Amino acid sequence: MTEAPAAPAPALTTRRAPGCPFDPPPVTQELREQAPVTRVSLWNGSTAWLVTRHEEQVALLRDPRISADSRHSGYPTVSASFEATRAHNRTFITMDEPEHNAQRRRFTGDFTIKRMQALRPRIERIITDLLDAMEQAGPPADLVTDFALPLPSLVICELLGVPYEDHDFFQRCSAVMIDTRSAPEAALAASQELLDYLEKLVEFKAEQPGDDLLSRLAEQYLLTGESTVDECAKQARLLLIAGHETTANMIALGTCALLQHPDQLAAVRDGSPQRVAGAVEELLRYLTITHMGRRRVAVADIEVGGQLIRAGEAVICANDLANRDPEVFADPDRLDVDRAARAHLAFGSGPHQCLGQNLARIELQLAYPALLRRFPGLRLDRPLEELPFRTDMAVYGLHELPLSW
Amino acid sequence: MRITIDEDKCCGAGQCVLAAPEVFDQRDEDGVVVLLDAEPPAEQHAAVTEAAQICPAAAIALA
Ligand code: HEM
Ligand code: SF4
Repeated sequence: MTEAPAAPAPALTTRRAPGCPFDPPPVTQELREQAPVTRVSLWNGSTAWLVTRHEEQVALLRDPRISADSRHSGYPTVSASFEATRAHNRTFITMDEPEHNAQRRRFTGDFTIKRMQALRPRIERIITDLLDAMEQAGPPADLVTDFALPLPSLVICELLGVPYEDHDFFQRCSAVMIDTRSAPEAALAASQELLDYLEKLVEFKAEQPGDDLLSRLAEQYLLTGESTVDECAKQARLLLIAGHETTANMIALGTCALLQHPDQLAAVRDGSPQRVAGAVEELLRYLTITHMGRRRVAVADIEVGGQLIRAGEAVICANDLANRDPEVFADPDRLDVDRAARAHLAFGSGPHQCLGQNLARIELQLAYPALLRRFPGLRLDRPLEELPFRTDMAVYGLHELPLSW
Repeated sequence: MRITIDEDKCCGAGQCVLAAPEVFDQRDEDGVVVLLDAEPPAEQHAAVTEAAQICPAAAIALA
């Protein structure tokens, strides 16, 4: 008897079912039901192990035999554009221990809970100003350009010391860099353009320091010779991009999801700060905007979920699936702002878990209720099916969210 | 309950402070965990257990 040839691995996709913009793609949901660790094929024909459940993802992401280093030949990139820039973009997000934490700790003091709490009044002020402008201009409005994007951009600019006047420029570069459809040359050019800009800025900060993170970076690491200007600028670029794209998409997509669930929306609008904090965790879980998975390479043989992953093989921890794992979250496809959701993996897990998570939390905890209280009659200005969801961007969300009130 | 922490592993995510602020804090300079109470009273045990579970770096051990 001859063995049947192995079925080709299903292609990994970010395409969601029509009418279900908040749920993981049907293809990967089906894979989760089949096995905790299963083969998928990627855009370039290579294969990777897709890890589908919460327990195995946490174990792997904390495991030192798993590497985040995108220079490994087996590293599973998301597209040709990311393939082209991977060597160009090396920062601590793609480093392993001990190098990773040594670099990350340059910044962890800037993002402690205490430091983030101290930003509260400033963030509230920015929110009030943006909502005032929206109210004065009157409906309709695009929530993305009028509120969701400027809020985190203003906050991260102040924190880093990047002039906000340059936001059109850095938002454009960032958008090209995280678009999986960008031509490789375009992605490289955008990445380089932003890097050149930030190198000049870091050099300027070294000469004329202000009270901001990039000045501290320049003084402590550039002027001491510990880092090159290229390294400093790459770290600045990581913080600038991660600091605005993510929160912006959570604000827009979260608002959109709440508008589909009026009872949940009312809880966020009228809830105590504690209830709102819980709701933010639930929205992070339910929406998992980092929808392309945590991407890694095994550097030793690892047995997990009954599967042997060999050294050199690609691993993708699908955190959107983990966040819908019924073993951890009862009735996982229901948005329930009162559930205990903090074990979600929207910020990843392991040593790379989001550095800016406590900034994002505060921005979201303040943004949703302020928006919903200001415009009690808020509604979609276009049917849900016609909204431009960010299926092909490294960060999911909405390109545009037209609203009336 | 006795808590031990591994400072080297800690990545300063602050999840422990969110879960159990009376037991954990973060060092100002680098966000590394500071243990305020290594043998917390019974009413803290649930929060500390949650902190140990969600700590991304597995830097909190309970005995
Ligand atoms: C809702 C908003 C956010 C979400 C959902 C999010 C999500 C994530 C995820 C999933 C990772 C892990 C990457 C991996 O494991 O490969 C990560 C890492 C990171 N995030 Fe965020 N993030 C958000 C906001 C922010 C903000 C506001 C900043 C501000 C600077 C930030 C900075 C970073 C950095 C620097 C890393 C790399 C950490 C490391 O590798 O050690 N993020 N984020
Ligand atoms: S949760 Fe873990 S990694 Fe984060 S600060 Fe506490 S001990 Fe450190």
